[in-house]
Amino acid sequence: MKTQVLIIGGGATGTGLARDLALRGVRCILCEKSDINAGASGANHGYLHSGARYVAKDPATAKECWEESLILKKVAPQCIEETGGLWVAVQGDDEKYAADFPQLCRRSGIPVQAVTPEEAHRREPNLAEKIIAAYAVPEAAIDPFRLSCENIQHAVELGTMLLRGKKVVEFKQKNKRIEAAHLLDTRSGEQTVVETEMVVNAAGAWARQVAALAGARINLVFSKGTLIITHHRICQGVVMRLRPPSDGDALIPGGTVSIFGTSSMSIDSPDECYPTVAEVDHIIGQGAALLPVLEQTRYIRAYAGVRPLIGLAGGDDRALSRDMALIDHSADGVENFISITGGKLTTYRLMAEKTADLVCQRLGISTACVTRTAPLPSSPVCRWTEPAFAPKQWLQKNDPGDLIMCECELVPQSAVNDIIRSIAGQTDGPKLMTLLHHSRLGRGACQGTFCGIRALAHFYNMNKVAGDEGLTDLKTFLQHRWKGQRPILWGAQLQQAELAEALHCGLFGLELQPGESPV
Amino acid sequence: MNTIDCELAVIGAGMAGMAAALFAAKRGLEVVQIGRPLGFSYASGLFDLMAVHPVAAGKTWEDPWACIEAVVREIPRHPYAKVTKDGIQTALTELESLLKTAGLCYRSQDGLNAELITAAGTVKKTFKIPQTMWPGVAALENRHPCLLVDFQGLREFSARQIAAVCQNRWPNLRTIQLPFPGDHAGREIITGEISARTIARPENLAALARAIRPHIRDAQAVGFPAILGLEEADRVVADLENQLGAAVFEIPTGPPSVPGLRLLEAFSRQLPRQGVRQFLAHHVLAVKPQPAGGFRLEVGGGWAEQIVRSRGIILATGRFLGNGLQADYLGIREPLFNLPVFQPQVRRQWHRMKFFDPQGHPANRAGLEVDRSFRPLNAAGRPAFEKLHAAGSILAHQDWTRMKCGTGLAVATAFGAVKAFADRCK
Repeated sequence: MKTQVLIIGGGATGTGLARDLALRGVRCILCEKSDINAGASGANHGYLHSGARYVAKDPATAKECWEESLILKKVAPQCIEETGGLWVAVQGDDEKYAADFPQLCRRSGIPVQAVTPEEAHRREPNLAEKIIAAYAVPEAAIDPFRLSCENIQHAVELGTMLLRGKKVVEFKQKNKRIEAAHLLDTRSGEQTVVETEMVVNAAGAWARQVAALAGARINLVFSKGTLIITHHRICQGVVMRLRPPSDGDALIPGGTVSIFGTSSMSIDSPDECYPTVAEVDHIIGQGAALLPVLEQTRYIRAYAGVRPLIGLAGGDDRALSRDMALIDHSADGVENFISITGGKLTTYRLMAEKTADLVCQRLGISTACVTRTAPLPSSPVCRWTEPAFAPKQWLQKNDPGDLIMCECELVPQSAVNDIIRSIAGQTDGPKLMTLLHHSRLGRGACQGTFCGIRALAHFYNMNKVAGDEGLTDLKTFLQHRWKGQRPILWGAQLQQAELAEALHCGLFGLELQPGESPV
Repeated sequence: MNTIDCELAVIGAGMAGMAAALFAAKRGLEVVQIGRPLGFSYASGLFDLMAVHPVAAGKTWEDPWACIEAVVREIPRHPYAKVTKDGIQTALTELESLLKTAGLCYRSQDGLNAELITAAGTVKKTFKIPQTMWPGVAALENRHPCLLVDFQGLREFSARQIAAVCQNRWPNLRTIQLPFPGDHAGREIITGEISARTIARPENLAALARAIRPHIRDAQAVGFPAILGLEEADRVVADLENQLGAAVFEIPTGPPSVPGLRLLEAFSRQLPRQGVRQFLAHHVLAVKPQPAGGFRLEVGGGWAEQIVRSRGIILATGRFLGNGLQADYLGIREPLFNLPVFQPQVRRQWHRMKFFDPQGHPANRAGLEVDRSFRPLNAAGRPAFEKLHAAGSILAHQDWTRMKCGTGLAVATAFGAVKAFADRCK
């Protein structure tokens, strides 16, 4: 295969970059070792920062967030819920920080309005009784899955080639240039060679490993953030603790649920990222002063993402810059190799723009970036992650033969078929994880116990899997769901887990079957 | 409020509760049984006795009795250590004879575990097998050419999946998908009462046989999802065999499981005939030990509607799904008597990092510790009450999903608990 630019990594940055370059007429291949948003882009808060989080320590980032959030609200409204937000301090919180907050917001151009405790309680009844300060800020929630899906769909329509389940294992270099990359298909073990003029490493937390393949270096620190998902939505808008950034500060609505977090902990490798019981207890303990409901509500899962932070190991993760790093590896002796990492979801577009500018400059292309104003087209296949979209479609179609695969989130067979069609040619067959990334299947209360069985039966009926590989796929899928359930298994969710084990182990004996991919 | 006096109150209506009520009634005790029998839609219908030990090694046993001996030797606190082989056999015989009266026959392979396929396509070792599934054992053992049937709209069951998963072990499987008989064509079919009764109607069974006959060819047996009738399933299967001219077997499915509902049907019909007073739409809301011995139970759907006074209690409330055990983020407790629950010290030790970790999860071995008479122990290690006994999955030191001992454990411990209570009453 031949291309102008090989993009490594299918997260928010990689998919955003693919679209940006495609819009400038650059031919690209995007390869992703797992699936779209399989890393931090799919394991974050779904929070479109107004920037208010950064006003005290990093006014430039705050301003950047505010400007980018305005752009995204305009060009990608389908991915965003403009919920508004409240910043609230309770007794015992830093009063000076709370008092300075509105002034600092205004300095970065972020609209802010004082709200009385009564009004705050009217908006968010789950807030603690004793509030000492509350401000309304135009915060918003963003669906990162939809966002990346739309970006890559548009890029593919414009000619980008997407390769899922393909991992870069080697760069062929000559005369200080990468001439080709060897890609390994993670399922079949087959290798593909891609000849390319430029390589962009957008592998997020894995950027260090990818850079090392070319003999280049990046100083990355891996900071794990753990979040928990409530069984139902417990907030109207974004609720932020008004205090210097610390753990358990943010409650973000996400359609029918709310997501609470986060923690911050250094880990040695991005592959060791999973939420723990201690982190869950810690963030609930931290958050309960502002939101006592956190101690009573039901959770359906926890998850953890890795923030790739630029800097040196040791010291406080929260003190490290959340800034993006655009690295030209000419200094390392590789002239056509660029890395883009760090940063945050809210500024993904800007990261893509700056990277694409550098790529174009190196390729001698003068076309300007248009993603600042060009609306992100809404592709039908990307809508399956939207809460309540699937049931609405299903009801409208009124086809009794369109069987529901996921009863918690009401995902019908037609959605599954649509997703299978949309990835044809990009990978050698659908997996249950594909459905999880591209729809709400497996995200509800049963966490894949039943929909995993139904979707797998459907894959077999459609001849999409052969032999016993489907059982391995099911085990991998259930393990992925388990990783997030384990730290929150008490009450009703523990009952769910007991049921899952009675079925998958007690009856089916899947634990005695060979084969389970590491997750 | 209406009050009933009895000798024994059985709390719980899963397999252990039903078995305890039966054993007690057969021993001439006046029995009242209270609890919602929701667990039966999760019961596959198979009677596991014991098949895996050590769990961590995933070692499976053909001889369940030898497996039990090894378990008792190596896990001395396992509930099986408190019963005898004779006791287990008597218990199973009494149970089977009751089920036979209800038209449910069970088979086993010379007192050993037999193998059959599940809806996932996996092979399961189990002890007692419903007659409706029995021909599947010989078919698998001899690799007979078979036809597997599934139905449009039955989402959890794919004949193709079973054939694909089994292709090395059992290559002679062909599959066919048919519309569900009756006016269901294409729509969602849910395993359960309605689909089982629909398929069993003579006209539907005949239509089904007509549709399958041309596809039988060399098949010696035809496998179906386990939905061939609710009542008189043995007769429905025999009918179908006659019409097809081939053996017919059912394949166990996940919930709602029709063979599980058949068991519930049998228990709720037969136990009252044995003199058991059942309250299967009720819970025990509170229990008060009486100063003079015995217990006073408040029973109702949502509020107290009934008082039951009993000399003794069999607590067979199950684990988390049955609310026999309840967990919050600080710990696991037993809600009715607040009995001490054996459990890992802290929550992070409840579950392992991998769902399918071969060692199983420590939380699954949490539960009540009991003396040799199956009486739960208090904090001092003594029986909490003279005449409170516990049976079934609420007991500690077992992991029934991994050891494959669910039914055996329920029935054997119910037998042990009832016997201990009856002996004490003499």
